[in-house]
Amino acid sequence: MNWETVIGFEVHCELMTASKVWCGCSTAFGQAPNTQVCPICLGMPGVLPVLNRRAMELSMRAALALNCAITRDAQFERKNYYYPDLPKNYQISQLRKNLGVDGWFELPTDDGAKRIGIHNVHLEEDAGKNIHPDDPGADYSLVDLNRAGTPLLEIVTEPDLRSAAEAETLMKAMKNLLEYTEVSDCNMHEGRLRFELNISVRPEGSQTLGTKVEVKNLNSIRVALKCIEVEQHRQIAELEAGGRVVQETRLWDETTGRTRSMRTKEVAHDYRYFPDPDLVQMEIDDAWIDRVRAENPELPEARRNRFITNFGLSEYDAGVLTAQKAMADYYECAVAAHQNPKAVGNWIMTEALRWLGEDADREFEDYPIPAQGLAELVKLIDDGTISGKIAKEVYKGMMAGEGAPGEIVKARGLVQITDASTIDPIVTEVIANNPDAVAKIKAGKERAVGALVGQVMKATRGKANPKLVNELILEKIKD
Amino acid sequence: MDNECSSLTIAQIARKLNQGEASSRDLTERYLDRIGAVDAKVRAFLRVTPESALAQADTADSARREGREGPLLGVPLGLKDILCTQGELTTCGSKMLGDYRPPYDATAVAKLRAAGAVFLGKLNMDEFAMGSSCEHSAYHPTANPWDLGRIPGGSSGGSAAAVAVGECPAALGTDTGGSIRQPAAHCGVVGLKPTYGRVSRYGLVAFASSLDQIGPMTRTIEDAAILLGVLAGHDPLDSTSAPVETPDFTASLGREIKGLRVGLPKETFVEGLDPEVEQAVRRAVEALAGLGAEIIEISLPHTEYAVAVYYICCTAEASSNLARYDGAQYGYRATGTDNIIDMYTRTRSEGFGEEVKRRIMLGTYVLSAGFYDAYYNKALKARTLIKRDFERAFDRVDLIATPTSPTVAFKQGEKLDDPLKMYLSDIFTIPANLAGLPGLSLPCGFNGEGLPIGLQLMAPAFEEARLLQAAHAYEQSQGWWKERPEIAETGGTR
Amino acid sequence: MNQFTREQVRHVALLSRLEFTDEQADAFADQLGRILEYVDKLNELDTEDVEPTSHALALTNVMREDKNRPSLSNAETLANAPQAEAGCFRVPPIIQEQ
Ligand SMILES: [Mg+2]
Ligand SMILES: [Zn+2]
Repeated sequence: MNWETVIGFEVHCELMTASKVWCGCSTAFGQAPNTQVCPICLGMPGVLPVLNRRAMELSMRAALALNCAITRDAQFERKNYYYPDLPKNYQISQLRKNLGVDGWFELPTDDGAKRIGIHNVHLEEDAGKNIHPDDPGADYSLVDLNRAGTPLLEIVTEPDLRSAAEAETLMKAMKNLLEYTEVSDCNMHEGRLRFELNISVRPEGSQTLGTKVEVKNLNSIRVALKCIEVEQHRQIAELEAGGRVVQETRLWDETTGRTRSMRTKEVAHDYRYFPDPDLVQMEIDDAWIDRVRAENPELPEARRNRFITNFGLSEYDAGVLTAQKAMADYYECAVAAHQNPKAVGNWIMTEALRWLGEDADREFEDYPIPAQGLAELVKLIDDGTISGKIAKEVYKGMMAGEGAPGEIVKARGLVQITDASTIDPIVTEVIANNPDAVAKIKAGKERAVGALVGQVMKATRGKANPKLVNELILEKIKD
Repeated sequence: MDNECSSLTIAQIARKLNQGEASSRDLTERYLDRIGAVDAKVRAFLRVTPESALAQADTADSARREGREGPLLGVPLGLKDILCTQGELTTCGSKMLGDYRPPYDATAVAKLRAAGAVFLGKLNMDEFAMGSSCEHSAYHPTANPWDLGRIPGGSSGGSAAAVAVGECPAALGTDTGGSIRQPAAHCGVVGLKPTYGRVSRYGLVAFASSLDQIGPMTRTIEDAAILLGVLAGHDPLDSTSAPVETPDFTASLGREIKGLRVGLPKETFVEGLDPEVEQAVRRAVEALAGLGAEIIEISLPHTEYAVAVYYICCTAEASSNLARYDGAQYGYRATGTDNIIDMYTRTRSEGFGEEVKRRIMLGTYVLSAGFYDAYYNKALKARTLIKRDFERAFDRVDLIATPTSPTVAFKQGEKLDDPLKMYLSDIFTIPANLAGLPGLSLPCGFNGEGLPIGLQLMAPAFEEARLLQAAHAYEQSQGWWKERPEIAETGGTR
Repeated sequence: MNQFTREQVRHVALLSRLEFTDEQADAFADQLGRILEYVDKLNELDTEDVEPTSHALALTNVMREDKNRPSLSNAETLANAPQAEAGCFRVPPIIQEQ
């Protein structure tokens, strides 16, 4: 039997705000434990939440970008459950009146665009972090609440995806959209973008959905894809052996490369949602929606067109450079520093993309060379300080962290020799040693000059300006 | 002087301080002495804080010497132990928060501090404000100063008893279903629950967020007006705080009430209402008529559902509000547990008292899967009907008068075994919380045993000035407020 | 008349993170049963077209600007903690494997 895989996503991303969703604490990542907390996000007795306007508006922006209908009387509810990373033991979230509902997302596929339904988009608060101490024998846990109360957007898709490939496209495109709209920086290493998925299988052609399994703990796109592969095979094997799939939540286990059932003592799941009496009703009118829409940053398509017009890029190149917001930002930054859009673009599309492709977990944000550095490298070529060949060497030095290109060129003595009097004796020597080649050139076969240039370059360890060498050789032979 | 001090009002204290007849330190010392003399019997205080009180008094005295003024500058007050005081124990009458010191002040506390008030200590209450008798404090019960064998009412029983016995001229209480007004009635003092949103709830440890309000408990209406003026105002830290102007609540005092339309709900005079209470309230209404008010019979047809609505709403909210007490970040933690779930369960089972557990259980149940619509949402809809009753009534009248409580203070232990009976005694006070309206209780006489009876007046939202004006007119015409319990007259001698 | 069984009490107790002896559970079942019987009187009301009131005051769109305010120091944060270690709240182990 042929099986079809059915996948849906719950996407969580932390919003790009300076302060938390209910209090003024910072949302910065990586600070010392419990130093970005206050009575409010600690859930101390007597405290009250006040909604961060920017968190609300970024959520609206995302909902609009995902073509959702805005719930005009959106409300916040309490989701009640006990967990140490949730100091109030309830999470303020949304349920009955989610901010955005019934949207869709256009997924580019080989067969054209495919619409993925967006069930809802809602705003909630992130939890803190439970830490298991390094000592494996430790019989206790530690809790850091710095992250507690960070505004968190949840996007719930319909189960409209049918393969790991579609899932991959969705994750990347969703990340790109959230980055482009500046809703989130989507840094996955910092957990600012997280995917949970639900997956089921059914016989091909079947119209009913199979029993779905939810999987958590997917900290990168690569892991999510691996998980889909593994989980669909597990379910198919289960069914083909005459068994059945149990509806449950499973955890991805990176060490075994498998999913496993979440074993907890907690049996009762009953979140007892009810409207949060501490937060007031939302009343969203057209004017507010229009204002949020107007503040939307430039989206990928608009940016692609601008790159074509302003920088003279081909449609293809503009498409590649705008496929990720971080790359497009990088590109613009480099072009601003050195106005050679074509050459800068080529460097990014060859070298940076190669680096990115070497490891599926890499993100463009982590590219080791700053935009200024790349711009300077291209400038050094353009003003004749180094040759294209030397530039490759300098680039390697930059990747190895040796510093800015100018410094590397200086430190390694790679400055191009453009002084004819320095090159002259070498040229004379090469001509003297290669009478055959000289004869060919004299006979009109000017292409033979390349071999002579190569020898001069070799003798100067690539530093001679090849154009100058070429001229000098021809000059001397014709004399 | 001790006896005199124990009967002073805020307004009188302010005059004495302004005229240099006494310093805040003198007065604070005298109140501390007074507490030392009578509190062993009344047990209104959970904690007295003489050192910080005297330091605050000295600060107030020097500020006054430097020319600062203000109605509360140097005035000693008591605080219900549910209001967060920075660095000072705030227990909510619970073992759960036995050693809890908040890192911040409640907005109401901060406002009093800024006004130069002196805090004598923290007052007893039913645990987490759940109860009508002060018998549900984890520490000790408080006695009613008029009869030490009776309850002072609750949950702000400590506040009411302390004011009645003159341990402080005024105190703050909180009111979720009558917790300011009912003990005020039982102790023969004034208690005002402001409009929901009038006073910030920030730093008031939540029982039921959509119902809780902080308010003054005083000997006189004038004092209630003075205190409310300081407490009221929009607070950006409380999303449910109303962005409305704070009027001078004392400005309307002394104005006559001729033509004021006072509604008397026909649903009031039903079975279970103590005849002596009924008589006192009817006489009070006649007195209002005598002052020129027009008495109009009205109907609040959904009153009989108020208790049911209230016990669903308040327990549902409480079950969630009290989830945070789990031993992880602060407060009591059970010892010897070997996993987090055991710690939660043991901590909560050991840290909470019976009544709190009962309400958490009820609230959890009404929100649980399959029951939300049948109980919680049904109650929210019935709450709408109760709100509408008031909207219709206030089309015809300016104020509504009822008894505060159907009975006088009952004997200690009398209703402990029957929670439902205890809940039903809140029938007159609950509707104002459900509708978010201001309600006030003031003394309107005594029964044959000399126990005080309270008259409740209610007004449309944000019409506290009208409420205070009418209450003041009645108070001044009757003089019940001058009556003191015997212990207040004798207990203060050194 | 008693709508509440000992088992129901146990289930609600689990959700509430409370535990009771059988005796306590039975007493609770009795009391909660009677309270629920009383609140059933709400079923007399026709609330078909009535909007629920979850807030006493009908305010809307209350928000604050996205500005940072000072946090507590780590010492202040942990001052009330029953147990603390390495700047964190220390609690009994969270995940009970197997
Ligand atoms: Mg969620
Ligand atoms: Zn905070």
